[in-house]
Amino acid sequence: MIRLVNVSLKVGAFALHSINLEVKRGEYFVILGPTGAGKTKLLEIIAGLLFPSSGEVWIAGENVTERPPERRCVGLMYQDHLLFPHLRVRQNIAFGLRGRSPAETRTKIASLARLLKIEHLLECRITGLSGGEQQRIALARALAPERQVLLLDEPLSALDPPNRREVRRELRALHKQLAMTTLHVTHDFEEALVLADRVAVIQAGEIVQIGPPEIVFRQPKSTFVAEFLGVENLFRGEITDCDKSQSPHEKIFNARFQAGPLRLSVVAEREGPAYAAIRSEEIIVSRDQPHSSALNNLYGTVTHIETTGPLVRLTLDVGVPLMAMLTVQSFAVLGLEVGTKAYLSFKATAIHVF
Amino acid sequence: MKKPSLLVVIFSLLGAFVVLFLLAPLLKMLTSVRTGGLAEALADSEVRNAIALTLGCALWATLIGALLGVPLAYLLARRAFFGRRFIAALVDLPVVIPHPVAGIALLLVFGRQFYGGRFFSHLGLTFVGDIPGIVAAMIFVSISLLINAARDGFLRVDPRLENVARTLGYSPLRTFFFVSVPLSRRSLLSGAIMMWARAISEFGSIVVITYNPKVASVLIYDRFTTYGLTYALPVALILVLICLLVFALLRGINLWESPAKAL
Repeated sequence: MIRLVNVSLKVGAFALHSINLEVKRGEYFVILGPTGAGKTKLLEIIAGLLFPSSGEVWIAGENVTERPPERRCVGLMYQDHLLFPHLRVRQNIAFGLRGRSPAETRTKIASLARLLKIEHLLECRITGLSGGEQQRIALARALAPERQVLLLDEPLSALDPPNRREVRRELRALHKQLAMTTLHVTHDFEEALVLADRVAVIQAGEIVQIGPPEIVFRQPKSTFVAEFLGVENLFRGEITDCDKSQSPHEKIFNARFQAGPLRLSVVAEREGPAYAAIRSEEIIVSRDQPHSSALNNLYGTVTHIETTGPLVRLTLDVGVPLMAMLTVQSFAVLGLEVGTKAYLSFKATAIHVF
Repeated sequence: MKKPSLLVVIFSLLGAFVVLFLLAPLLKMLTSVRTGGLAEALADSEVRNAIALTLGCALWATLIGALLGVPLAYLLARRAFFGRRFIAALVDLPVVIPHPVAGIALLLVFGRQFYGGRFFSHLGLTFVGDIPGIVAAMIFVSISLLINAARDGFLRVDPRLENVARTLGYSPLRTFFFVSVPLSRRSLLSGAIMMWARAISEFGSIVVITYNPKVASVLIYDRFTTYGLTYALPVALILVLICLLVFALLRGINLWESPAKAL
């Protein structure tokens, strides 16, 4: 659906280096990279707002490299919503419906408003709306003309965390429902994991890895990717047994998480398929059975030891590989080597489930 | 009560002189017009014609200025092109040129001896000693106000808003009219009013290019030199009142734009 062939761009000190990328029809594709890596520039090139110094942009089988944005059939949403402040919500959504009949426009707006739960806002002014509301309106505006391609520039980063999770869920549901080819750029690996069919990691204007999110996270091709993703222990599994009795007024509950042979006590919002991430520095390693109050106690064999500066990174086999980080001192005190058995413990709250 | 600091005392005193200096001549003018002078002046058809001519020419100047200047302001705000700084500086130039000099310069270009004047005379427009000359002089001295206000207004519009409009199917021209202009309408309006007000108050360049028909400022000068202060004063007062009205309008717009920032 979208194909970039050797796309390069040079603006001052910034450059994109021969980007090659193909997004399939109906795919949710996430470009992941740190701030300043060129993600937004790449979207603007696809939208036709920036012209590449060299290379070709193909959309829906047509070479659109020379075409202006209004003739490219792409929808674009920026991270800070950028609604038109001089128009009301309804007019914002209708902005891209120029040339349609009034009846058609009304129906389209009504169905989008229902889909995005903004029916009650249609006659409001933009100023004074919350970030989440503005985001939905911006999404409705981008979706209204029914473009073949939707480009999302950090669509969730301007929202606060609860809103972000909600809109993220909705984006996913929306994509399922509309099956629209979507290209989403972000610096948040969670977003990529939850939403993406495939991920491309971009570093300093260059794509360094493309693949399904689990593969990219499990098998980062470079230390940059590994460090940027930042989580050594990541598991895909299922949350069960949400115990809602303990804290009926809370939104989070004690629950079980299972991923293959790994069973963990976690704190979760809901049951169902999820990812669990454990930062290696949260894991306490000991030779003796720990007496700590931590809920998760595992026992395994050291399979790999890697010293990086003042820290030692251990890989232990507890049914699945688990990575733990120790200081050089505690490593020496524990006297660990490959083959040694050790206990691992960490709190339920140290596990990030999403 | 807290004792005011020395700074506040000294600065207030100095500031009071400025306020007095600005206010006294205007107030004195109000009180110096002899009874009936104002009504007499308003009844004088020459005065009425001069004021109508002034307002009308200033309006024409502003309309032409907007038609030609706003697109230039947009280019200056949005495009990086060779010579942009030069053009931006050029736009400001009339502010520093003495206005009679500007009048002479215009006379040279729009006079019959030069291509400009000859070209326009084919179209039936005479500048020297005629209304188009007044309008031209007004545009020359006041268009920078409109261009600069419009440029600043356009610069405050996030270019990404225009980008969004483009992806929603709007050509650059449509985007300009449906996004850029409405979003900078206050700057455009206050720029236009500033230009209009500046055009109304112009004297130096107009007097060189078109003495007759007389605009208000030329009429005041004419009455002052021919008949003296008493006869010039009521006309001057009318012009001042018009200027104050326009000024109040402008402040109103600025207040509407940003209640917090306007002083």
